Amino acid sequence: MSRIPGMKTHRNAELGLLAFAMILVAIYAATVEANQFDTIHPTFWIPAALLLTLFVGLHFVVRFTAPYADPVLLPAVALINGLGVSFLRRLDIARAIATKKPIPGVFAGTSGRQLEWTLAALILAAVLLLIVRDHKVVSRYAYTLGLVGIVLVMLPAVLPSSLSEVNGAKLWIKLGSFSIQPGEFAKLALVSFFAYYLVRKREVLSLASRRFLGIDFPRGRDLGPVVTVWLLSLLVLVFEKDLGTALLYFGLFVVTLYVATERASWLIIGLLLFFGGVYTAYLLGAAVGGPFQNFYDRASIWLDPFAQANYNKAIGGSYQLVQGLLALGTGGLFGSGPGAGSPGLVPEVRTDFIFAGMGEEIGLFGLSALLVCYLLIVERGLRAALNVRDSFGKLVAGGLAFTLGLQVFVILGGITGLIPLTGQTTPFLSAGGSSLMANWLLIAMLLRISNAARGPANSGGHADRPGPGPKKAPTQLHGAPTEVFKP
Amino acid sequence: MNAPLRRAGVVILVLFGLLFANLNWVQAYKADAYRTSDHNGRVVVAQYDRPRGVIEVGGIGLAENKLTDDTLKYLRVYPKNEVYAPVVGYRPVSLGAVGIENAENDFLSGESDTLFADRVKDMFTGNNTGGGNVVLTLSTKAQEAAWKELTNNQRGVDKGAAVAIDPRTGAIQALVSMPSYNPNPLVNHDTKAAAAAYQKLLKDADQPLLNRATQETLPPGSTFKVIDSAAALSNGYREDTEIPAGSTYKESGAVIHNAEDEVCPDGTITLKEALTESCNTGYAKLGVKLGRETIVNMAKGFGFEDEKLTIGNLKENRGLPVAASRTGAIANQDGSVDKGALAQSSIGQRDVRMTPVQGALMAATVANGGKQMRPYLVQKQLGPDRRTIYNADPQVLRTPISGSVASSLSDMMVSVVENGTGKKAKIKGFTVGGKTGTAQNAVGADPHGWFIGFAYDDKGQPVSAVCVMLENVPGGHASAEAARIAGLIMKAAAGGGD
Repeated sequence: MSRIPGMKTHRNAELGLLAFAMILVAIYAATVEANQFDTIHPTFWIPAALLLTLFVGLHFVVRFTAPYADPVLLPAVALINGLGVSFLRRLDIARAIATKKPIPGVFAGTSGRQLEWTLAALILAAVLLLIVRDHKVVSRYAYTLGLVGIVLVMLPAVLPSSLSEVNGAKLWIKLGSFSIQPGEFAKLALVSFFAYYLVRKREVLSLASRRFLGIDFPRGRDLGPVVTVWLLSLLVLVFEKDLGTALLYFGLFVVTLYVATERASWLIIGLLLFFGGVYTAYLLGAAVGGPFQNFYDRASIWLDPFAQANYNKAIGGSYQLVQGLLALGTGGLFGSGPGAGSPGLVPEVRTDFIFAGMGEEIGLFGLSALLVCYLLIVERGLRAALNVRDSFGKLVAGGLAFTLGLQVFVILGGITGLIPLTGQTTPFLSAGGSSLMANWLLIAMLLRISNAARGPANSGGHADRPGPGPKKAPTQLHGAPTEVFKP
Repeated sequence: MNAPLRRAGVVILVLFGLLFANLNWVQAYKADAYRTSDHNGRVVVAQYDRPRGVIEVGGIGLAENKLTDDTLKYLRVYPKNEVYAPVVGYRPVSLGAVGIENAENDFLSGESDTLFADRVKDMFTGNNTGGGNVVLTLSTKAQEAAWKELTNNQRGVDKGAAVAIDPRTGAIQALVSMPSYNPNPLVNHDTKAAAAAYQKLLKDADQPLLNRATQETLPPGSTFKVIDSAAALSNGYREDTEIPAGSTYKESGAVIHNAEDEVCPDGTITLKEALTESCNTGYAKLGVKLGRETIVNMAKGFGFEDEKLTIGNLKENRGLPVAASRTGAIANQDGSVDKGALAQSSIGQRDVRMTPVQGALMAATVANGGKQMRPYLVQKQLGPDRRTIYNADPQVLRTPISGSVASSLSDMMVSVVENGTGKKAKIKGFTVGGKTGTAQNAVGADPHGWFIGFAYDDKGQPVSAVCVMLENVPGGHASAEAARIAGLIMKAAAGGGD
C-alpha cells in the first residue's frame, strides 16, 4: 500500500510518543526499586526497553500496513500495558523479598509471563494488520464470526463448573494450568457480526415503525433479534453468574443497533429490558436463590460492603471489595508512591483488583491520568468511526470502542463501589493472556479502521468517494449494497 | 450514523465522569475513614512496625517487645504473665485494648503530641526509635506479695482483690485481682488463636477478665463503720463518747444482731470500743441517730457515688476506670427515710456496695490526716531516649474530714488492730490501724471478708494503706484472713518503698 506524498501520516509522532511512554514506564520501575530496595539497580530499565522494542516492532508494521492510522492509539495503549507489566513486576519483587528469595529475573513470575503475553498479543495484532488490509473484508465472514462468538460466549456456561468457574463467575475455560476467557474474544466476533447484520437490516429496523407516545417504536416482528440477544445476555447473567459480561454484550448490541438505526427507541427498549431483567434477577435471587443467588449476593455486597455479615462471609463476601476500597482510600490524593504501598493486602490484585492495587500507590492523580488514557483510546476509536466512510466500518469501530469504554466502566465502577462488582479484567492492565490478546486485536482493528478514516479516499480500500474522475461502481459489501457517505 | 456515534461518545464521557467523581469520593472524601478503618491491615502493620514503649516498674519490664519474622514486626510480651495483668492489661491485634496498655496507648505507640519531635527526628534519620516508656508506681514487692498471699490464702478462696496505696501521694503500690489471666495468648499475631483465647476467658464462670479491684462492687460490711465514725466525730462525738448499744436492735422491721453474743451486750459503749469490737447494734443506732443525709454525705465525701474516677495518669486524668461505690437509696417508696434500711446500711449491708479501691482510699484518707490523694499508676513517662517527659505530681482529690477527726479516727482504727477484730493485721516495727468487715450477701452463701487499713512507720509516716477483699470465705471469721494478708502486703510495700 503506497503512501500519498504530501499527506501527513504522523508516524514519527507515534514513535516519539511510544518512546515517551516507555520512559514513563522506566521511571515507574525505578521508583518501585527505590521504594522496595532503598536503591535503584542498574538493570531497572530492562523491562521498559524490552517493551519499547516490542511496541516499536508493531509500530513498523503499522508504518507499512496502515500508514494513516491514528498515532495516539498505540502509545496510549502501550503506556497502560507497560505500567501493568511494571506493577506486576513490583508485586513479584515484593513477594520475593517477603519470602527471602532472590530478585526474580525479567522473564520470571507473573510480570515475565505478562511480558510474554504482550509479545504474543503484539504478534497477533501485527498478523491482523498484515492479513486484513481492508476492514470490510471481515464482513465476508460475518456469519461464521457470529456463530464463533455465540459459541465462545456460551461455552463456559455449558461446561461443568470445575472447568469454568473462578471466584463464583463461570467465565473461563481451564485446561490444566492454562486458562482462557473466551468471552474476551467473543466481543470482537460479535461486534463484526452485529455490524454486518445491522448494515443489512438497518432500513427495515429504522423505517418500519409504530408511533407511540411520540416515540417511533419498531414493529413486533423486528424485535426478534433484540429479544434474542437480550435473552442470550440474561442467560449469561444467570449461568455464567456475571452481570458485567451480560451488561457488556447487551450494551454492545444496543449501541450498534442505535448507531445503525439512529433511533432512540432502541436505546429505551434496550435499557428497560436490561434493567428490568437485572431487577427481576435480583428479586428472584432474594426469593428463590438458586442460579440467581450469586447475583443477589453481589448486589447486597454492593449496597453495604462494610456490613459485618457481608464482610465476614467466607464465600461471596465483601472482603475483597472492602480491601480494594481501603487500598484506594489509603492511597488518597497522591498515593504512597510506586512500590511503597501494601497491594498484597488486596485479594486478586494481579487481575480484577489491579486498579485498586495501583491506586494505593499512584493516588487519585495517577488513577485520573490512567482514566484519561483509557478515555483517549475510546474517543480515538469513536473518532475513527465518525470519520470512516462506510457503515460497516463505522459500526465495527464504534462498537469496539464503546465496548472497551464500557468494560473499563464496568470493572472500575465495580472496584470503586459505583456499581455491583463483576469479574471483568481491566483492559491492558490485568495479568492474563486472553484479555491482553483480545484487546490488542481490538486495537489492531481500530488502527486498521482509523487508517481508512484518516487516509486519502482511495487508500485502504474504503468505499469510494464520489468525485471527479472516472466513476467506479461502489465497492460492494459482501452481499449488500454499500452506502456511500458524503463526508 | 454520526449523530448517534457522537451521542455514544457523550455516554462514554458521562460514564468516565461518574468513575472520576466516584474515585474522588473514595480517595479524597472517604480517604481518612478508609485509611484508619478497622478492616485496614495497613494500620496494624504500621503500628507494629515501630517498637511500642515499655511498661516498667523498678527496672523490670511488664510489657516488652520481641522482634519477629511476621508481617507484624514486633510481638508484645508480658513476662510477668497474670500477676500484673489487671494493671498493665494487654493490647491485642484486633480486639480492644485494656489497662495501662489502653489508657497510655498514645504515648506507648509514639503517636502522642509530646513525642512529636521524636517522630520528626525519625523522619530525617530514617530510624524508628519507637514509642515512649511508662514507669508505674507499683512496688514489685507489694504487688508480688499481694498476688502470692491472695492466691495462697488459707481458706481456699478463689476470688478476691487487693489494693495498696501510698496514703501521702495516692500512688498505687499494688493492685491485684484474683483469678487473673495470662495476657500473652491474647496478643498472639494469629488473630484467630487470640480470639479463641479471649473467648475461653470470657466463658470462664470465675470471670478472670473482670478487674475485681476496680470494677466489682460488693457489700462492705463493717468496714463502712469507718464512714459512720467519721460522721460522728465530725458532728461533736469523741472517741470516748458513750453511744447506745445492746445485743439486738429492732428498727422498722429490720433486726440487727452482733456477730457474737459477747460483743457489746450492754446498754452503752464508747465509740472507740464500738469500732474495736465492731459493735453492730451501736453503729446501727448511731447511723439512725445521725440521719441519712449525714451518713450519705460523709460516704460521698470519701468517694462514694464518684462515677468518673480513673487510676492512671494524673496529667490527663485517664486510666483504669473505677466503678462507683454506692450507698443505695435508704428510702421508703414515698422517698422518706427508711430507718430500717438506714440501720442496715450503717453497718455496710442492705444496698451499700463498695469497690476494693474505694476501701483502700478510705483507709488512706484517715492515715493522711483527712486528705484523700488522687490515686494514680503512672509515675513517669520517658521518651524513646529515656528522657523524662512527665513525672507525677500528687493531687489532693477530696478532704472529707478535718485533721483532728482523722487523728481520732486513726486512733480508733489502731485500737481495732491492737485490741479488736483486726489483730491479724499487726506487723512488727509498724503501727497498724484498720477495720474488718464481714459482709452477708446471698442467702446461704458464705460471707465476703474485708479488711481496710494503714501502717505508720516508726517516724509516724503513713507508708501504706490497703484494702483486701475475699469473696465467699468459708468457715467463719471471714475478715481475719483478709486482715492477715493486708498486713503482709503493707509490710512488703513499706519494706520495698522509697
